Amino acid sequence: MSEGESSAIWADALRVARLVAADPHGCGGVVVRAGAGPVRDRWLDIVRENLNPGKPLRRMPAGIAEDRLIGGLDLAATLVAGRPVAQAGLLAEADGGLLVAAMAERMGQGTAAHLAAALDTGRLRVERDGLAETRPARFGLVLLDEGIGEDEAAPASLTDRLAFHIDLTTVPPSAMRPVLRPPCDSLSPESETPPHGGAPSGHDPVAELSEVAARLGIASLRAPLLALRVARLLARLDGRAETAEADAREAARLVLGHRATRLPEHESAPGGEPEEGEPSPPEQAPPEQREPGPDPEEGTGQASEDRIVEAARAAIPAGLLAMLLRDGPRLRMPRAGKAGAKAVSARSGRPMGARPGDPRRARLDLIATLRAASPWQGLRRRAEGGGTCLMIRPDDIRITRFRQRTETTTIFTVDASGSSALERLAEAKGAVELLLAEAYTRRDKVALVAFRGAGAELVLAPTRSLVRARRGLAALPGGGGTPLAAGIDAAGQLALGVRRGGGTPVVVMLTDGRANVARSGIAGRERAGEDSLKAARLFREADVRAILIDTAQRPQDSARRLAAAMGARYLPLPHADAGAMSAAIRSARE
Amino acid sequence: MVLNGTTRTVSPGSASHPRSRPEAPERRAGLDGGLRNPRGEPEPSFTAPPVTFPFSAIVGQDEMRRALMIAAVDPSVGGVLVFGDRGTGKSTAIRGLAALLPPMKAVIGCPYSCDPAKPAGECPHCSGRTDARRSHLAPVPVVDLPLGATEDRVVGALDLERALTRGEKAFEPGLLARANRGFLYIDEVNLLDDHLVDLLLDVAASGINTVEREGLSVRHPAKFVLVGSGNPEEGELRPQLLDRFGLAVEVTTPTDLPTRIDVVRRRDAYERDPAGFCASYAKADRALQKRLTAARARLSTLDMPDATLEAAARLCLALGTDGLRGELTLMRTARALAAYEGAETVGIDHLRQVAPSALRHRLRRNPLDESGSTARVARAVEEVLGS
Repeated sequence: MSEGESSAIWADALRVARLVAADPHGCGGVVVRAGAGPVRDRWLDIVRENLNPGKPLRRMPAGIAEDRLIGGLDLAATLVAGRPVAQAGLLAEADGGLLVAAMAERMGQGTAAHLAAALDTGRLRVERDGLAETRPARFGLVLLDEGIGEDEAAPASLTDRLAFHIDLTTVPPSAMRPVLRPPCDSLSPESETPPHGGAPSGHDPVAELSEVAARLGIASLRAPLLALRVARLLARLDGRAETAEADAREAARLVLGHRATRLPEHESAPGGEPEEGEPSPPEQAPPEQREPGPDPEEGTGQASEDRIVEAARAAIPAGLLAMLLRDGPRLRMPRAGKAGAKAVSARSGRPMGARPGDPRRARLDLIATLRAASPWQGLRRRAEGGGTCLMIRPDDIRITRFRQRTETTTIFTVDASGSSALERLAEAKGAVELLLAEAYTRRDKVALVAFRGAGAELVLAPTRSLVRARRGLAALPGGGGTPLAAGIDAAGQLALGVRRGGGTPVVVMLTDGRANVARSGIAGRERAGEDSLKAARLFREADVRAILIDTAQRPQDSARRLAAAMGARYLPLPHADAGAMSAAIRSARE
Repeated sequence: MVLNGTTRTVSPGSASHPRSRPEAPERRAGLDGGLRNPRGEPEPSFTAPPVTFPFSAIVGQDEMRRALMIAAVDPSVGGVLVFGDRGTGKSTAIRGLAALLPPMKAVIGCPYSCDPAKPAGECPHCSGRTDARRSHLAPVPVVDLPLGATEDRVVGALDLERALTRGEKAFEPGLLARANRGFLYIDEVNLLDDHLVDLLLDVAASGINTVEREGLSVRHPAKFVLVGSGNPEEGELRPQLLDRFGLAVEVTTPTDLPTRIDVVRRRDAYERDPAGFCASYAKADRALQKRLTAARARLSTLDMPDATLEAAARLCLALGTDGLRGELTLMRTARALAAYEGAETVGIDHLRQVAPSALRHRLRRNPLDESGSTARVARAVEEVLGS
């Protein structure tokens, strides 16, 4: 990254800092992707300097407890006052200012949902510990995201509600130097500022920003709305009543650019034809997206939208650009392996709060129990005349709830047909046995589905038992046609069953990808191929982690296509033995 | 079709209530900060306006709006589940509905808002008294169940204040009591704590809330329409809870540009001038309210021809829905829709319109075909009812 680029990023970060400090709740906030360090600290300092004095800037730790977040009963004050006293949570305390959430990539769904609700409504409703109250909570959110890679990021439900996203990971401390003290007019675009209050002729920020968002493939309607707010904010900070095109351009760059899921068609030349040299596939620009282009406002309107699109395009991260060019539109896929990976457990894992319950079936939370009992002590003593001892009733008893990573169930789906030579089957059996031996230490389970002849069968239900597994494996016959679709269906159903039971399924499919039996059980290569691709796409919808191991002697396109359709990782292993296979699965799973 | 608006708890949204809710003056002053427009006046604040986005101003999302109206016409339909993308106006629609509902007669002083015309039955407040129960017009409760609500606030518990200050053992009704005869709205229903889900399942099925805690033993009526919304990407719903909802609708972000622009434009207009925006839709909202009242009155007199009953049965058979629940919901929903549309009889066309929402979440689970359940219903409708 050149010095010029990083100082441009830093300059944008400064603009964002000023905007978010000027109207925290209106902007929603900002995602700051950066490691901890001087750059991020400096940026936060600048936000603080820009924030109106008297407005709070509160920091929220990663694993904040719910009662601290939204508030609850103030135990000490309640006991002193003899009546319930409410205690404000962090969300209410941040009202009017900014809430800085550290390590946002680790944030739990519950916390995210509370934050999202407060961002939407500007107030916080609390119904707990005998309290019912509503407090204002009009804060902006700064999510400090230290995630690495695509999969580790702040919750999407929150990032959708925040206008800005800045990435300071590539900004060296030296880039901050020239603009350490941001000039006051850093917000007005330097050279291209139109005359003040100028040119409202045909300038319609709502239509323009909506169209730009659509052309960048942004589905959420919050994006154009946030961009519109930012454009208005820019105009107001500049002392103008109406937004100008430059405001819309700036807003599009800051708010829409980072949300792009596809490249805008190249600046529509008069004919609106995409350029010849663009390597993007034709489906990248669906016809309905292009049609509205020319018709709403001819001439100047169209041109101004193009300029705004260009501005936003400039802000599309470089990596995304390359990826979009290579792969076409990014599929909006739920992140893999997240939903089923954690579960509430009664006895072990990370503590996640207390609830009333029976300590005989779970672990007693002594502190929470005492807390629950203490307000009643005076009353109980009066009623029953006990001495100085604590009087604890069954209703007071609280148990700890834990969250733990659930066990993984590896579902081997083995092509036992004639085409997949019999030796493959032997290797698969060997891999299952190896993994099973590991399962004792890893808490993993293994299941085996085989497909051959007319359909698929569950050879081995999820188990940890080595003996049962051996017995099931030994009895597995081979030969016959390849009902691939049936095999994928069976694996998917089993995987979803595992997930419903609280486990995390991983499907390992061993096949050469050459189907010749359709779902109906009738032989026929063409129909069978179609069916298997259809099944694979359905499988993908289920969002189960999967690995497809191509067992063909010479890896072929059919298996690779199938893996892509399933959303599975593709591993060609023409000569893999059991040991190599299990090593590959292990590395793919981690 | 708008983004989320204000939180609304017990709805003040009846004709007798002004829609605006005063904001604390010091809050306003603090919020605008340094932002002033060129005339030197503070700008209207951006969000959390003191009123609710009007139901009639929602763009598109016909299926969701229809489902909510059907539940308002006939609460016995059994609740609405709204699943969809972020920012598709789920919460806004439900809060807008609250403002639309015509007020109901309720016994004065009854924490469960009992109907004076009906026998008190399970109500601990009304069943004990012999004197005439006086009633007043009250807004239909639309109660929010916020995330993180504790069990004691949901089911009700010992009144802490009275216990501490006066040593009295009194029952303080919770959210379920407040929701009686109204709506219980759960945003992010799929993130609800398991023990609260269990509790709701029981109450939603029986219409009675039984409290056995802290030495109290109370039973009170808790009949409400469950309205849930959520984003399926953030977690699946338990099948048992799914089954409690009569209707399930899927909402998606509109993809055509004019609609999108319209949505953003209206939302923007609303944020800039909430009161003025609501005033401009007040007439449309009132018209909807009248239509709702008329539909309720017509509901009992509607004719349900045998042909429609038979068609509904055949449709459920073709789809293989479990039990009679689907069929019953389908017929009730079609009847409510017919009433809402002012029809004389419940026709095949009504069935056709409501079949997707009434049945799509009741199909026998082929887990891999989950995404195609809407298509499966549509196919069956075409096959059984003709197009």
